[in-house]
Amino acid sequence: MINIAEAIETNQMIEEENLDVRTITMGISLLDCITPDLGRLNAVIYDKICTKARDLVATGEAIAREYGIPVINKRVSVTPIALIGGSACKASEEFATVAGTLDRAARAVGVNFIGGYSALVTKAMTAADELLIRSIPQALSETELVCSSVNLGSTRVGIDMDAVRLMGETIAATARATADRDSVGCAKLVVFCNAPDDNPFMAGAFHGVTEGDCVINVGVSGPGVVKHALEGMRGASFEELCETIKKTSFKVTRGGQLVAREASQRLGVPFGVVDLSLAPTPAIGDSVADILCEIGVERPGAPGTTAALALLNDQVKKGGIMASSYVGGLSGAFIPVSEDQGMIDAVEAGALTIEKLEAMTCVCSVGLDMIAIPGDTPVSSISGIIADEMAIGMINQKTTAVRLIPVIGKGVGETVEFGGLLGRAPIMAVNGFSCEDFVSRTGRIPAPIHSFKN
Amino acid sequence: MKRVIVTVVGKDAVGIIARLCAYMAEHNINILDITQTIVSGFFNMMMIVDMAQATAPFDVIATELETCGRELGVIVKCQREEIFDSMHRL
Repeated sequence: MINIAEAIETNQMIEEENLDVRTITMGISLLDCITPDLGRLNAVIYDKICTKARDLVATGEAIAREYGIPVINKRVSVTPIALIGGSACKASEEFATVAGTLDRAARAVGVNFIGGYSALVTKAMTAADELLIRSIPQALSETELVCSSVNLGSTRVGIDMDAVRLMGETIAATARATADRDSVGCAKLVVFCNAPDDNPFMAGAFHGVTEGDCVINVGVSGPGVVKHALEGMRGASFEELCETIKKTSFKVTRGGQLVAREASQRLGVPFGVVDLSLAPTPAIGDSVADILCEIGVERPGAPGTTAALALLNDQVKKGGIMASSYVGGLSGAFIPVSEDQGMIDAVEAGALTIEKLEAMTCVCSVGLDMIAIPGDTPVSSISGIIADEMAIGMINQKTTAVRLIPVIGKGVGETVEFGGLLGRAPIMAVNGFSCEDFVSRTGRIPAPIHSFKN
Repeated sequence: MKRVIVTVVGKDAVGIIARLCAYMAEHNINILDITQTIVSGFFNMMMIVDMAQATAPFDVIATELETCGRELGVIVKCQREEIFDSMHRL
């Protein structure tokens, strides 16, 4: 039977250390909606989302009440729209109407984001992939809840550099299209290498084509809980440090697993995975950067940061894997800048640069995330940063991503305020030397060798 | 059996347990266990109760117990037991 110390510990995690279930994301396949008629396509997509996700928000809230653990976000991800709209959409404006439909459906069911306005390019773009990518600036400027993601490469087949170049242009165009809102469109646009099919976290969530018709994936969080647990471990050995992170991660993931199972049962939808990422928010005490400081670096970016992050990420996975047999998605520590007050402080203190963040992405989940850069950054430099990050993912057989926000009209030293979960970002300097001739080359970077690992 | 953990945190006072126990009895909720302790000067109590035969739905009971708590100057929280089991038991 549960004892009072355990009850107090759990409730302290929830009330004081920001333990929560970050998202219940319902993945919905739209493959059965494909039709060559655009009007009909939009109608059936709307109906399917509204039918499947009708009770999602109410169920999430009921579970939160009964277990006393907050379920912050309820979201929907759908099959990449480039696959669904390819038959009906013959112009990028036609693809953008589907984004409008997703936005309306998301509002109708009450979720706060819908992901899957996506294209899965790996080796090369289809005509539909390219049309969808070209429609992204319009789609993100005309909608509020739609999130877009584009996969650009994989360890198996290499990187499509034509798509990388196009995404550099698309990010810049999205920034201009939403310039009146501090280029916020780019905060809902992410590019991937080795994109996972079952990620519940935005902006990169989509429902992979290998998934079933409908599935419930849950993203847990809890940087504050790990930070608090480590406060008692100052000066302890690495062994003790790792044990503490693993135990904490286990508890957090088990909470998420319970919520996932319960949501799956109540909604009559199969349970997919628990994503055990440490996802920070701008709230004080909900920071991955603070954990790195607790491990022993003065600020994220200091020498030792990459090792500390590698250790953290690995222990989080080890603890989480023990807690749930179905761990998936991104699963690791997120290091967004704008969504983590400790990261913001490190940038403002001059401790953290894009180059160091890039090194950190080699050992943690995801990549260069929510980084504001000057609005006049050359398009080729944006493509170059993307190519670097994709290469890290390709060679290291991991998921990497880039979510850059070129803030139109702002430069280094200024700050941009997105509000809510998207937070606040200091504009970071981009290396001023050109990579124009590199990204202008056409074709793709070949698949890497899978032997001779060094 | 529908086991629920009721936790009470706040400043100690006369009649907290009496009031909550009376509420449980009125609503046909069986108390299985009560523990209390003082942490950092605060009164902490945990009741394990069975709500299988309760005369009102969980939501109503949880809200009414919270209100009871406010009147007594303490925070009362009702949570299904599984959340604690899942986090603390292998």
